[in-house]
Amino acid sequence: MSEEIDRQWTTRLRRKAAGKLPPEKLLPDTQSSYVASWIYVFGVATLAALGVVIGTGCILALRGPQWWHGSSYGHFVNSLHLWSVEVFMFAMVIHLWGKFAMAAWRGGRTLTWMTGVVLFLASVATSFTGYAIQSNFDSQWITTQAKDGINATGAGAYFNVLNFGQMMMWHIVLMPLVLVLLTGMHVLLVRMKGVVPPFEDDPTPTPDVARVTE
Amino acid sequence: MSRKSFRPDVDAPEWRGGYTPYDIIKEGTIALVVVATLVLILAVVFGSPDEKAITLKAWSNADPVDFATTAFSELNGTSTTATYGAPYNHGGPSQQIGPLQLEKWVGVRIPLNTAKDFVLDPLRALPNEPVLDADLVRYEKASSTTRASWLDAYAKATTTMKYRHGTVVVNATKAGPVPVMINELTTMARSGALDQDLVAGNDFYTTDYTESLLFLSDGQYLANVATEQHLAGNQWGMMNETGNYPGQAWLWLYAFWYQVAPFNSSGNGDALVWGTMMVLSLILLFVPFIPGLRSIPRKLRIYRLIWREHYRDSGRA
Amino acid sequence: MNGEIDEPVTVFTTVAALLPLNTLGHYIHWHFIYISVANFTVVVAMIVTFVAALFLPFPGRKRRKENK
Repeated sequence: MSEEIDRQWTTRLRRKAAGKLPPEKLLPDTQSSYVASWIYVFGVATLAALGVVIGTGCILALRGPQWWHGSSYGHFVNSLHLWSVEVFMFAMVIHLWGKFAMAAWRGGRTLTWMTGVVLFLASVATSFTGYAIQSNFDSQWITTQAKDGINATGAGAYFNVLNFGQMMMWHIVLMPLVLVLLTGMHVLLVRMKGVVPPFEDDPTPTPDVARVTE
Repeated sequence: MSRKSFRPDVDAPEWRGGYTPYDIIKEGTIALVVVATLVLILAVVFGSPDEKAITLKAWSNADPVDFATTAFSELNGTSTTATYGAPYNHGGPSQQIGPLQLEKWVGVRIPLNTAKDFVLDPLRALPNEPVLDADLVRYEKASSTTRASWLDAYAKATTTMKYRHGTVVVNATKAGPVPVMINELTTMARSGALDQDLVAGNDFYTTDYTESLLFLSDGQYLANVATEQHLAGNQWGMMNETGNYPGQAWLWLYAFWYQVAPFNSSGNGDALVWGTMMVLSLILLFVPFIPGLRSIPRKLRIYRLIWREHYRDSGRA
Repeated sequence: MNGEIDEPVTVFTTVAALLPLNTLGHYIHWHFIYISVANFTVVVAMIVTFVAALFLPFPGRKRRKENK
């Protein structure tokens, strides 16, 4: 029976997952001593801002897309949502600058870099759909302008920015799903691979120092 | 471990140094509290903008001449939407980059006939209008030559169009039923009925504002309000927000291309901008694989500031 | 509109937006660059924050030295 259990998908997946990400790596209690700069806070700041964006978005969803036009509570929640997006993008771009400066793709971390770039582009797209569903003058202008660029790619035939209902479903269902899944992947990759070590000053390889190559 | 040569921009040394205690949950909690507090302060101090949407009713009441002129351009097929091409119709050329005509290849997927959808069908929906109904029948039954001559006569007169005592006044004697149709559509818009007709049509529920937004954007009124708010394309508009609020500042590079040649003067400007941005995005995505580009961090040496404590302690500073 | 009718006056109605930015925007025009003061402030703040993050000392140095 134990052979049969070993062959099960569940058993194999659990062992593989636990092997790549044991609890002490998933929730570590130490970090490498070179992690000693304020530049490192912008990743978690971006994550925290994403939490606030989603949280305030959920409150807006409770009362529907027109609520904030007629209610001062609603308008306040809209303000929280707008500024959390500004803080999110602020932190994410500084995080990007920092990670580029560290060449954080080194040592088998290319997928971490790439998920990060896709997250950046997906975030820009998500915030665009958000602007499109404000249901005010800004939405009218942004969508009637943006349609020309998107139509030029051929995507406009299927992704109709003038269709409020479609934009709303992309904004509150599809894009958050993509962002959350990719963010999860990105953060787990950081936990699996660890924070990228510093550049060596001496480029000549020394025999007693191990190298992690791709 | 590998014995192949070490590539400093691709490979990383394995860390054999020390570790310090790290409370990841506490760090996350502090970040959440700090960010939430910052957002709260910004929201309380600055709020958020909410400029009211412009309805066809508001537009036609504020500038009935602009509305009537636009309505006529929808009828005679000269409006921006009527001559757009794919995905709305075959009225104009689609954008392309060299041999790539993606817009055209995908084709007409959101079919729109501006004369029918924006003018004739809404007018037909008006109840108890025997004179208008008769004019509509006359227009539909006329030959294409007759219709063209009516439209041409009206077009020549639009430069002197005025709005007097609730009526669109155009000195066009040989324009057939066209003056009545445009006047009635303007009245319909001013009442708010056109807003509802273009959105709901024959359905009760809808969330698609394609028709009313396209009609609105064909006129000058929306664009004038936007220009006043510095939102136009040649004002780096896509980065901006109404009032003094920060906008989508992260769209700076996308907005930049629209200010420079050849993007700002080409008929394929949008396609060129999107093509350029897609290439740049792919470059950013594949930085780890691009020699030269992936060496920039090491050459910039900003990392010396980030890891200065490590370099100082390891005696290699 | 789906707003509340006769909404009670609360802290939200009185406090919301102490400094609303609803007046017509101010813009900086330099050659072909045309940027709102608001966006310019955000960009400058980002650069200042980035530079500050690089230079400001990070606490816990003594602890890190002890653990080496």
